[in-house]
Amino acid sequence: MIKIEINKKLHGSNGEMILHVNLHIKQGDFVALSGQSGSGKTTLLRILAGLEDASGDIDVFGTKWLDGKKKLPPQERGIGFVFQDYALFANMTVMQNLLYVQKDEKLANHLLELTELSELKNRYPNTLSGGQKQRVSLCRALMKRPKILLMDEPLSALDPDMRTKLQHDILTLHKEFGTTTIMVSHDPSEIYRLASRVLVLEQGKITQDGTTKEILLHTKGSQKFTFSGELLEIIKADVIYIAVVAIGQQIVEIVVDSHEVKNFTIGQRVQVSTKAFSPSLS
Amino acid sequence: MNDLNFEPFFLSFRLAATVTFILFLIALPLGWWLSQTKNRFKPVIEAIVSLPIVLPPSVLGFYILYALSYNSPFGSFMNEYFGIKMVFNFTGLVIASCFYSFPFMVQPLQGGFETLNKNMLEASYIAGKGKIKTLLHVALPNIKPALLTALIITFAHTVGEFGVVLMVGGSIPNETKVASVAIYEYVEIMDYKSAHIYSAIMVALSFLVLLGVYMFNQHQNRKLRVI
Repeated sequence: MIKIEINKKLHGSNGEMILHVNLHIKQGDFVALSGQSGSGKTTLLRILAGLEDASGDIDVFGTKWLDGKKKLPPQERGIGFVFQDYALFANMTVMQNLLYVQKDEKLANHLLELTELSELKNRYPNTLSGGQKQRVSLCRALMKRPKILLMDEPLSALDPDMRTKLQHDILTLHKEFGTTTIMVSHDPSEIYRLASRVLVLEQGKITQDGTTKEILLHTKGSQKFTFSGELLEIIKADVIYIAVVAIGQQIVEIVVDSHEVKNFTIGQRVQVSTKAFSPSLS
Repeated sequence: MNDLNFEPFFLSFRLAATVTFILFLIALPLGWWLSQTKNRFKPVIEAIVSLPIVLPPSVLGFYILYALSYNSPFGSFMNEYFGIKMVFNFTGLVIASCFYSFPFMVQPLQGGFETLNKNMLEASYIAGKGKIKTLLHVALPNIKPALLTALIITFAHTVGEFGVVLMVGGSIPNETKVASVAIYEYVEIMDYKSAHIYSAIMVALSFLVLLGVYMFNQHQNRKLRVI
């Protein structure tokens, strides 16, 4: 069991706020950390890695990582960390990147095989594509056979096809190594595919905590389809108004009554819902 | 041409090589520390390091001359207990040049370390490696252009110094008479021919060194920019 109870004052883009998290995570769980930018997700991850100071208590499988203000240095935590920008050692080949962490050629070869990188093991990071770099970074993070794997938006810089491939790799490695994984992510489909538990952070506090289905599936129980989106524009067309809403990557138009219009402001989050008795896939 | 003596050049290069070596050992940990620290006294240290750039060489030379001479507690202590004299000899030149060229070694190194991807260093810490191992295996190999700039500029700057060497070293042949001082003396005794030859050699050598640095840096940058 990982027990986390921390406090830290943050100077975010929205002024000062307190990151206050009280959380238990079961061994072997895959936890997704979600929330708007500036909500403290990355900071929480960095505190877990020992890269940032905080006060409070972190207990990982019986070992104190944070005790008041006294912290165990990142070198002694034995974790794996995957950065958004890969952070590979540019002066070392793929193989050397892995062996720098742990001189275990057998494990390095095994990891490279699992991620289909064996042929690239003598290449330097600068000659690899983004997806390849992130796979190397993932392998590197597992070279110590970490109990805990932390990932900070590992796939956000990659295109959709590469994401799917890497999601598969992440899941394979999470299962094979039995890690407890905590991943910061914004992408609901990614979270749905990988995580078993979702935490939503807002202004430094956890506001939602549940299984992936509980948090992400909005149609549960009713036959209502609900989508959350951003109101982009309201256009007047004769006697009616048309609201333009961005839902994920899609832009849709919705008819709005004239007396409803004044309730909305451009840029706000809105819920778009409809009754759908027999939606079909094609 | 037949009586042209190249000893001042050899002396200049010997001095520059010694100073570059010593300063590298001092500036490496300092530049690394300055690039990583959040200490509130960092600006004070940075200001002190940069002082030799703005001070007139005569001011620097005067203080160093005083500090190293028998008139200062330090100078008399070194002489009495170790029998080391530090003015008007090569040792004095090395000490004075180390002060004079210090910022030229520290600043490029610090700048290089500051441009490194912070996550790369953190990845090394997470991999269980300490600060020194990270410095030698990750940070230093990834700032090669800055490292070369630091070494070459320090070397070249030491070869090119004049005021401080003259004040601390004087002009003793084969001991403290470096190339820049030799040229000054040729001009003073109106031996313009020798001054011309010495000066032309200095210009050519300096140009070649700088050309080499910039060519190497261009090559490195191209290599890093692949994809």
